[in-house]
Amino acid sequence: MEGPLLSVEGLRVQFRTYAGLVRAVNGVTFDLHQGEVFGLVGETGCGKTVTGLSILRLVRPPGEIVAGKIAFDGLNILSLSEAEMQEIRGGRIAMIFQDPAASLNPVFTAGEQISMVIRQHRSVAAGQVHQRTLEMLEAVGLPDPPQMARAYPHELSGGMQQRVMIAMALSSDADLLIADEPTTALDVTIQAQILELLAQLRQERGLSILLITHNLGVVAQTCDRVAVLYVGHVVEKGPTREIFKAMKHPYTQGLLAAIPRPGSYGQTLPAIGGSVPSGLDLLPGCPFQARCSRAMEVCQKEPPALIPVGRDHHVACHLYREGAR
Amino acid sequence: MAVAERLLGDWLRQRESQLEEYRLMFRAFRRDRLGVISLLIILLFIFGAIFAPYLTPYPEEGAGSPNTANRFLPPSREHPFGTEYLGRDVLARVLFGGRSSLSIGFLVVIIAVGIGTPLGALAGYLGGWLDEVIMRITDMFLAFPPLLLAIAIAAALGPSFVNAMIAIALTWWPWYTRLVRAQTISLRERSFVEAARGMGVGSLTIIFRHILPNIFTPVLVQSTMDIGSAILTGAAMSFIGLGAQPPTADWGRMVSTGRVYFLHQPWYGTFPGLAIFLVTLSFNLLGDGIRDVIDPRSRRAA
Repeated sequence: MEGPLLSVEGLRVQFRTYAGLVRAVNGVTFDLHQGEVFGLVGETGCGKTVTGLSILRLVRPPGEIVAGKIAFDGLNILSLSEAEMQEIRGGRIAMIFQDPAASLNPVFTAGEQISMVIRQHRSVAAGQVHQRTLEMLEAVGLPDPPQMARAYPHELSGGMQQRVMIAMALSSDADLLIADEPTTALDVTIQAQILELLAQLRQERGLSILLITHNLGVVAQTCDRVAVLYVGHVVEKGPTREIFKAMKHPYTQGLLAAIPRPGSYGQTLPAIGGSVPSGLDLLPGCPFQARCSRAMEVCQKEPPALIPVGRDHHVACHLYREGAR
Repeated sequence: MAVAERLLGDWLRQRESQLEEYRLMFRAFRRDRLGVISLLIILLFIFGAIFAPYLTPYPEEGAGSPNTANRFLPPSREHPFGTEYLGRDVLARVLFGGRSSLSIGFLVVIIAVGIGTPLGALAGYLGGWLDEVIMRITDMFLAFPPLLLAIAIAAALGPSFVNAMIAIALTWWPWYTRLVRAQTISLRERSFVEAARGMGVGSLTIIFRHILPNIFTPVLVQSTMDIGSAILTGAAMSFIGLGAQPPTADWGRMVSTGRVYFLHQPWYGTFPGLAIFLVTLSFNLLGDGIRDVIDPRSRRAA
């Protein structure tokens, strides 16, 4: 196999706010291979969305990418011109967002919005734009494409809106889809349908997907590999199956323990004590130290590096250093 | 051939959904009785202004030539609105006066929207120093009471119809800049703008294709109402002698001269005053009606 389709290395993003410097992403590193579904999991504010936006260079001031490398199919994303970036956005990498109702422009019909993207990237000849629009609507499983094309966003249900967003995102044959919480605003049955659609598009089109979510159930269901983020750090990453079977990091263990299971009715769920530290005042050492039940002295001094603990399985925790304990 | 056919097909389909939209809007508008009446009144005045020379038996008097033999005739069959201090038919003068008043209303708003909207959208979307510069300039204009500023500009330029129009437009555009900027800022943070950026759409295209159509409704509503206010301001300017110059007919000036004779010949000042009142009110009500009709969400509910 060749190199990864997308490779993010040591990405750091900071926001200069009036309250001070917020370090949202602190050295995130991961690779995504062609045709793979890669999950970025974490709590609210862990930097997963900012990481997704950084890949398209859509972080807005006062946010700023201060360090790191992002390589996509051999292109150095961070050194491209704005014009080249516009070709990539929607042309090769597309992004869909959490709230499909807000992601569609309310004054244009679904068909018009898809056509605009197709024209933007000149993916087909001018005479075929309408045809292509209908094909895309059909490809995302919407019934009666001509009718759908004429509908305004507010006339569609949430699931339909997200399907239109996906149709739009893929209308120029993007290689990589960044899906930022694509199912969070939808109810559970629709969520399953959308995930199924993504899986099917991946099969049919060889699409690679970067799935950003806080929902471990979604991860287990769809992702090949996953990285767990905690205040802008990758604390653990590896194949999904491996992570769910043999999670190493105390944070990952805490997250998984906090999922309600059949049979746990009536019992108190073990929550992780404390709350997420803000990116404003990070302590030196391990970002999880304050909430970690197994913190050691070294955790307060030295930030842990990612160390291999299995096949393609890495964890950033001093517990697994050679000679620890 | 196949391509041409398909292009034609595309175009027809788009036409069709456009027509469907207009049909829906029209149907919703018809139910708004005040709006319909206002529109009819406005159309009546526009018609009267355009065809004034053919609608009155005294076109020369409407255009300005005096007829001193007929001074101050009360309303009668020959002169439904009476005659004024130079013996001219008041109805003819009101019809002709609609020309300057209506054109000042429309032109002022067109100029103000034309300057204010793009500036507001650029300031709101791009932000930064451009925003600062544009907004501080609008602040300078907004720091003066609008009518006073318009009077000062018109006085500096010299009294004439065109100068009055320029003066009013100059005091009017900053309001649109502010309206559009505020709307743009709230839209800028919406996901569909983020999504458009994620699809590789450039800043200018986002401003003009995605943001401005979403601001169309408030701007259209505001400008419809402003046509009325601009007519009112224009009348105020000519009331104090800074608008259209005699012998051109003008409602504001007629009210101003008619005021002197009001106790004994009330028809002279009353009818042009009524014209100002009716037109201004109609534009306001029409603006309200448009607001209800144009929003696709409220329209389809019916």
